[in-house]
Amino acid sequence: MIDARALAPLRAALGSRIAIYALLLVFALFYLTPMMVVVLNSFRSFEEITRSSVLGFPTALRTDNWVQAWGTYCIAGACSGIKPYMWNSLMIVVPATLLSTLFGAMNGYVLSLWRFRGSNIIFGVITFGVFLPAQMKLVPWAIVLRDMGLSNSISGLVLVHVIQGLAFTTLFCRNYYLNVPQDLIKAAKIDGAGFLQIFWRIILPLSPPILIVTIIWQFTGIWNEFLYGITFSEGSQRPVTAALMALSANIAQAREYGIESAAVLIAALPTLLVYLLGGKYFVRGLTAGAVK
Amino acid sequence: MSALSVKKLHVRFGSVEVLKGIDLAVESGEFIVLVGPSGCGKSTLLSIIAGLERATEGQIDIGGYEVTNVPPKDRDIAMVFQTYALYPAMSVRGNITFGMECRGVARGERDQSVDRVAKLLQIESLLDRKPSQLSGGQRQRVAMGRALVRNPALFLFDEPLSNLDAKLRVEMRMEIKRLHQRLGTTMVYVTHDQVEAMTLATRIAVMHQGRIQQFADPQTIYDQPANLFVARFMGSPPMNTFGARLQVADGELSAVVGTASGVALRLGRRVENLQEWNGRDVMLGIRPECITQPDAIRPRGFEQQIDACIEMIEPTGAETMALIRFGDHELMARLGPDARPAVGSMVRLSVDMNKTCLFDPVSEERIA
Repeated sequence: MIDARALAPLRAALGSRIAIYALLLVFALFYLTPMMVVVLNSFRSFEEITRSSVLGFPTALRTDNWVQAWGTYCIAGACSGIKPYMWNSLMIVVPATLLSTLFGAMNGYVLSLWRFRGSNIIFGVITFGVFLPAQMKLVPWAIVLRDMGLSNSISGLVLVHVIQGLAFTTLFCRNYYLNVPQDLIKAAKIDGAGFLQIFWRIILPLSPPILIVTIIWQFTGIWNEFLYGITFSEGSQRPVTAALMALSANIAQAREYGIESAAVLIAALPTLLVYLLGGKYFVRGLTAGAVK
Repeated sequence: MSALSVKKLHVRFGSVEVLKGIDLAVESGEFIVLVGPSGCGKSTLLSIIAGLERATEGQIDIGGYEVTNVPPKDRDIAMVFQTYALYPAMSVRGNITFGMECRGVARGERDQSVDRVAKLLQIESLLDRKPSQLSGGQRQRVAMGRALVRNPALFLFDEPLSNLDAKLRVEMRMEIKRLHQRLGTTMVYVTHDQVEAMTLATRIAVMHQGRIQQFADPQTIYDQPANLFVARFMGSPPMNTFGARLQVADGELSAVVGTASGVALRLGRRVENLQEWNGRDVMLGIRPECITQPDAIRPRGFEQQIDACIEMIEPTGAETMALIRFGDHELMARLGPDARPAVGSMVRLSVDMNKTCLFDPVSEERIA
């Protein structure tokens, strides 16, 4: 039997529950509305948008905008959509992610398991790089790239992202490898394994959790990166983030909001997919220990 | 030929001297146990012998060759760790063959070695499992297998049984002893458990604060400890040590316990060289099993009777330990398994004075 006095706290709990959900719904709408506008506009034709307004539902789900954004739209003179720029981004992101992850793992391995005098100071200096604002390093990088002859090239951007990424990847990997017991290294030394052998045969096989974290982090960070992308590239070498800027800066013709929306969504797709597929491994990797 | 010799070893980390002059000579086939409390330097000594750490001064020879500056992999040693240190990402087979792979041993020979060792340690069914799928005892056996497969001149054990539960510890202790009897390889074993030391060793090195206090076979260490530290550390429950005054009376030496007239315990031995101690204070060391019920003294013992008050009894099943008060001192006595004297009662006990030790109270060295 349920009596009235027991119901009162239940009702209060229910009431606060409703309030919380209502508040969350309001915030969700607030955050999702811009994205909804972009998604809806990507299916609306030029005439529809110019006739009514940017806000509105598509009359039919047409893929014209998507096709044009991908392959035929003219950006800064070249009329091949954002496909070549997506390819540029890929050519920057993949080597930069792999190299910064590899070197970060190496750094982490050395700094955590082969302690030497000053290793803590070196680690501190490398970690310091995490906190340096990107804008601060712009001019030094401009000078370095110019001196190396890599000013407006994909290789230059790869170099920039590898070096900048080292701060994060070293931090993650070194803290992860601290959990590897020292006895393991001692046993390997007695077995006769050298520095690199221990890394390849013993440490790397233990690393998947943290490597996934660094790969996801680097991939999404470098793909979405805009400042260096637009500063140190030009013309057809641009990554997709810079290309989107050029796309929406078309002064020669009227703004094609529909195509722009489609282009933005295409550019955002890879990182979205990475988080959808790899998200749970990301969290798992951050909380995993190295050795059970 | 000595299997291992350590000469004048000093180890300093910064300003802290961890090992203060270690000299050790081990014959081939011996089972040496380094025993001592935490912080005495035994694990450091083992690391130096293994080559995992460098000595500040001194020399290490293994099998007649000087190895002071030789890396661990070239020292012809194998080591078993307290934490097993198995490679987590490799199977048991991979763990055992890793060292051989590093040395470039051919595939066929590797497989043969693994099978031989697996049969010896009874881990054949575990060869394809990963370390995380093994129990503690199985992991320890795999760790031993990894060491065995190297066929080294010297086996090093760093507290290998400390992570196991009590029952498993006893079983593995016997397996290690059996292994030594079977293989005859020289073994150096580090532990803080003096029962392991007594049961496994051919010779024990008792260490304290970076120095070897005594290096001798178990019986000598037990019956004739070199100083008070060794006397109190070895033996469980520990030796009773308390002050007394030596006196010569009627040509016989007695230890007088307590103030004023006190209780005189005749030592029953001819101890000529103790004349200079006449009238002086000494520390008396009597093991608990030497204080027992009057009818339980061994025929060859020299019996003296005392009256003591029972403070507490601890029946362990096989015997009854009793905490007694004798004068100003609290001593442990060992009574028969069925003895249940009442707490607070005075009882008459017999002390076997044959095995008592006398120590200089200042230098703590044994004088008799």
